[in-house]
Amino acid sequence: MRVFRISALVILLFVAAAGQDRAPAGAATTAKASAPVDLTGYWVAYVTEDWRFRMVTPRKGDYQAVPMTEQARKVADAWDPAADEASGNQCKAYGAAAIMRLAARFHITWQDDNTLRIDSDAGMQTRLLHFNSALAGERTWQGYSTAQWQRPGSLKAATTNLRSGYLRKNGVPYSENAAVTEYFDVAPLPGGGQVLLVTTIVDDPQYLQQPFIVSSQFKKEANGSKWDPTPCSAK
Amino acid sequence: MGSNAVQRKMSRATAAVLAAVFTCATTAAQMEITGSWAARNHEFLTGDGLPVDFTGIPLNEEGRIRALSYSESQLAMEERQCQGWPAFYMVEGPFGLKIWSETDPLKGNVISYTIGAWEDRTPITIWMDGRAHPSQYAQHTRAGFTTGVWEGNTLVTYTTHLNAGFLKKTGAASSDEATMRMRFYRHGDILTVLAIIEDPVYLAEPWILSRSFQASATPLSPGGPPCVTTFEGTTGQTAPHYLPEKNPFVDEMTTKYGVPRDAATGKPETLYPEYRKTIAAGAPVK
Repeated sequence: MRVFRISALVILLFVAAAGQDRAPAGAATTAKASAPVDLTGYWVAYVTEDWRFRMVTPRKGDYQAVPMTEQARKVADAWDPAADEASGNQCKAYGAAAIMRLAARFHITWQDDNTLRIDSDAGMQTRLLHFNSALAGERTWQGYSTAQWQRPGSLKAATTNLRSGYLRKNGVPYSENAAVTEYFDVAPLPGGGQVLLVTTIVDDPQYLQQPFIVSSQFKKEANGSKWDPTPCSAK
Repeated sequence: MGSNAVQRKMSRATAAVLAAVFTCATTAAQMEITGSWAARNHEFLTGDGLPVDFTGIPLNEEGRIRALSYSESQLAMEERQCQGWPAFYMVEGPFGLKIWSETDPLKGNVISYTIGAWEDRTPITIWMDGRAHPSQYAQHTRAGFTTGVWEGNTLVTYTTHLNAGFLKKTGAASSDEATMRMRFYRHGDILTVLAIIEDPVYLAEPWILSRSFQASATPLSPGGPPCVTTFEGTTGQTAPHYLPEKNPFVDEMTTKYGVPRDAATGKPETLYPEYRKTIAAGAPVK
C-alpha cells in the first residue's frame, strides 16, 4: 500500500508538471518575473524576405501576395502619400499590423513588471504589451495589446483598437477593425547570437480575403549604437 | 490470494500507470506536427520572377559571380533539368507541407518524421532516433540527411549531406557543404518554420528564412510527381552561361522596381535597415 501511495504522489507531481506548459493563471508573480524567455534588448530586422516591399516603397499597384478584397484594391489604388503627409497620416504604414515587417530596429524593454514595451527607430513608435489587461483607450496606430506567456518559451500578443493603416507602404489597407495576433520566439544562431522570430497574423474581413500571415526575423544586437530614430514617412 | 501476491499485482499496475504517465508527460512536452499544412503564400514569393533578383540573400563574392554567370537556358539540358532544389526549398517554395511519422511498433516513440515531396523537391526524412550524421564522405542527395530533437515544444533539426543545387532558382548556387538548421514552432493552427542556411562556399553569413503554414482539413498529397527529364533540343556541348559583366538582366530589378544593383545582386550589407539610407528617398514612387 505504501508503494501505491508513493506512486500516486509521483503521478500527481507529473500531472502538475505537465500543466506547467500553460502560464499559471492568476499567479501572484509578475509577468517579468515569470518570463520563460528574455525578449529584451536591441533587435535588427534581417530583411531576407520581401526585400522589394520592405526596403523600398513599392509602386502603386504592386500588391503581390496580399490576399486583398476588391474593396481593399480600390483603396490601395487611390493611395496618395502626399495627401497622407498633408493630413498628418504619415504613420499609417507604421501601425501594429505592419510595424514588425518594417526594415527597422526594435528595442524591447520592461516598462513595468507587467508591461513589455517595444520601441521602433523607424517611425519612432512605441508598442505596449499588457499582461494585465486594462480598458483600452482611444484608437491608435499601435492599438491595445494584451500579452501572455506560452510555455516553454513563447509570447503571444493580441492587438485590437487600431486606427486604420497600411500593411505595406504603398497603401495596402487594413481597417480599424483588424485584429493582430503575434507570436514571439527566440532561437540561437550558430556560432553565437540570437534570432527573434515574430509570426504576425492579421485578420480583417473588410480588406483581407483570408488572414494575412507573415513571419519576420531579427538579429540581436549588443547595444543601441546603431539605433537611428527617424520620423514616419508616407513616401 | 495472499497479501504478497496482491502487492505484486498492485506494483505491476502502478508501474504500468507510471509508464503511461511518463509517456504522456514526454508527449505533452512536444507538439503534434503531422498532417497537412497549407501554404499561405503571403511572403517571399517574389524571388523567381526576374533572372537577376538575389535580394535578401547574403551572397559572398564567389556566390555573386556564380549567380550572375547562370543562364536559365541550362534547364534545357537534360542532365540539369532535375538538379534543382535542395531541402531548403521547403521554406522558399509555394507548396504546403504533408508531414507524417514512423513510430516504433513496440515502444510507440517516433523514429522519424517525413515531409512529403513536391515535383522538384524530394521527401525529407527527419531522424528522431538519435542516430549520428554519416561520414562527410557519405553520399550527398537532394534531400540531404536530417536529424531532429525536441526542445520543449519546438522541433529542432539539422540537415547535412546536401547535393549542390540552388539557393534561389534563378541561379544563386548552393554547394554540397551547405547545411540547414530548422525550428518548427506550432502556435494553434499555425506552423512556422525558421530555417538557418549556412554555406561556406557561397554565403557571406547565415541566411535566415521563415515561413508559416496553416493546418489544413483538406489532405495534401504526400508527394508530387517526380522530376522527369526530357530532351529539349540542347545537346549539352557547353552549359549556357554569361561571362563576367555580361549578364544582360543585371539591372532589370533597378529599372522595374527601383532596387539598386547592390541589393539585386545580394550584397550582405543590403539586408540591414541602414542600407535604406543609400537608396534615394522616394525614387521608386512613380
